[in-house]
Amino acid sequence: MIRVNDIYKSFGKIRAVQGVSFDAPDGKITGLLGPNGAGKSTTLRILYTVLKPDQGSASIDGADVVTASLQARQRIGALPHGAGLYPHLTARENIAYYAKLCGLDDHTLQERVESIVDLLEIGDFAERRSKGFSHGQRTKVALARALVHNPQNIILDEPSNGLDVMATRSLRDLILKLKDAGRCVLFSSHVMQEVAALCDDIVIIANGKVAIDDSADGIRQRTGRDDLEDAFVRAIEMVGPE
Amino acid sequence: MRTLITVFVKEVVDNFRDRRTLASALIMGPLFGPLLFAFVINLSIERSLDDIERNLEVPVIGQEHAPNLMRYLRSHNIDVVAGPMDRAAAVEAVKTGAHDVVVFVPESFGEQLAGSIPAQVDLISDRANTQAERDARRVRTALHSYSQELAAMRLVARGVSPMVLRPINVDDVDVSTPSGRSAMLLGMMSYFFIFALLMGGMYLAIDTTAGERERGSLEPILSLPVTRNQLMLGKIAATCLFMAMSLLLSLGSFYVALKFMPLEQLGMTPNFGARTVFAAFLLLLPFMLLGASLMTLVASFTKSYKEAQTWLSVVLIAPTLPILIVSILTLRPRLEFMFVPSLSQHLLLVDMIKNEPVNLLHAAISVLSTLAIGAMLTWICARLYRREGLLG
Repeated sequence: MIRVNDIYKSFGKIRAVQGVSFDAPDGKITGLLGPNGAGKSTTLRILYTVLKPDQGSASIDGADVVTASLQARQRIGALPHGAGLYPHLTARENIAYYAKLCGLDDHTLQERVESIVDLLEIGDFAERRSKGFSHGQRTKVALARALVHNPQNIILDEPSNGLDVMATRSLRDLILKLKDAGRCVLFSSHVMQEVAALCDDIVIIANGKVAIDDSADGIRQRTGRDDLEDAFVRAIEMVGPE
Repeated sequence: MRTLITVFVKEVVDNFRDRRTLASALIMGPLFGPLLFAFVINLSIERSLDDIERNLEVPVIGQEHAPNLMRYLRSHNIDVVAGPMDRAAAVEAVKTGAHDVVVFVPESFGEQLAGSIPAQVDLISDRANTQAERDARRVRTALHSYSQELAAMRLVARGVSPMVLRPINVDDVDVSTPSGRSAMLLGMMSYFFIFALLMGGMYLAIDTTAGERERGSLEPILSLPVTRNQLMLGKIAATCLFMAMSLLLSLGSFYVALKFMPLEQLGMTPNFGARTVFAAFLLLLPFMLLGASLMTLVASFTKSYKEAQTWLSVVLIAPTLPILIVSILTLRPRLEFMFVPSLSQHLLLVDMIKNEPVNLLHAAISVLSTLAIGAMLTWICARLYRREGLLG
């Protein structure tokens, strides 16, 4: 369960996030939708504790991301935007390194690495050094290492960016599996269709503010647009310029 | 502690697979010193052998006016050859560098000599050209001693003892020991060790911040349930290990190289046995923490890998400054110098190599102050690792 309560964040003069609030409950998929530069990544970076909010608070399963950031990090698996691997380590070593850092003991670690390698179909290239990996392979490994410690909350920043159709499909399947397992999944995207197809709840962000927070159907109703893309555009217009 | 070890082990494995790190830690750093050193030593040996053994060819104008002088020069390993047309041409030839030194004997030479008037001989050379000046000095010395011999003969002919010409007899007494004489040249060694030390850890230090950021692996690792202090310390520990390896190899390669260098020919017998190697290693160990944290600190301010490399090459040069200053001023070890890292190590190493007793108080201050500064820099690194600007 992720709670975001009226957070603000500025970088110098740029006000990236200005009062964002939403809940992402367990067993649900929450989509963070918005145009480029809307403040999606900044919101997620605050949630996985690499940034501190200027104002407001956020918590992961009740652990505050600022005052109890270590506990909060224990409860999340995060895939930052453009996450990179260690090129001289094999896919399996990359995953195992994170598992070890998360404090898994040797026995559990072996098991978890095996199962995540199976789940994400990494087996074919698990023993190869990640130097020459394709974008899809890299994303899979980055995702695998984010999930290796079996976190309750999963934060993915534009995970489908640059993936081909097959990879996108398997990513979608994985997200659904996580939901069925009762996890809280929060991911960002700027692709309306992707979000609509997956999410139980959609949070549309524009100019650092929440434009709308509802289900796909709810968004259609409240914007009075049947087509989701029109609804998306309408919702952004409702926030207006800064 | 577990996290720290995990990070340490991963960094070591990772970097052992990285050719660039290995090249700089295990090849560049350790071999650069001995190679340059061997080059310099061989050059100076060649030059010093030059003087005595090599026959010097000197063009002389007007040889026919002074046959005895020519014979004398030849007997001193100076080959007299035909020179330019006249004095003006000789000056021109020396100016352009066609000849290093030319001797001009005027027609009046024999006449003046017979008349006991100081006989004129011109030695044409370029004093600004140090290489040529060495040759000119040989000819000058030869002419001077010929002049002395003639003077002595004239006195004897007049029944006066030639001793009246030598009211003072100067005898050079050199108290420098063979090891001491080596110190000048071997003082360079301490910098090579520090250089190797820093080179060994350079790429790891960059990787800790700029490298991880550029690769996109910084944010993911910061989102793990580990503290940044542990990550930072694990990485600095790995950096230290590579620096230690580089230092050991550097010491080892010098140990081997010095055995093969004909240093006795230069009158040098450096004290660089296994014991000195070991002591030098211990003395330089504290510099590792300082170097690792300093490089990590500098790299953490940079925006990219390239920028970090540029700045760190400045850090590689920085330790030379104090060494350079004491070498120029030829300062002796003093208590207050021992608080300055790199300078203290240099001075203590020079003493060791000269085979002079090492002041234990000095060594202790050097070790402790270097460690303290290293610990302080590490603490600053850890503080900086927590700021958001790190993400770039």
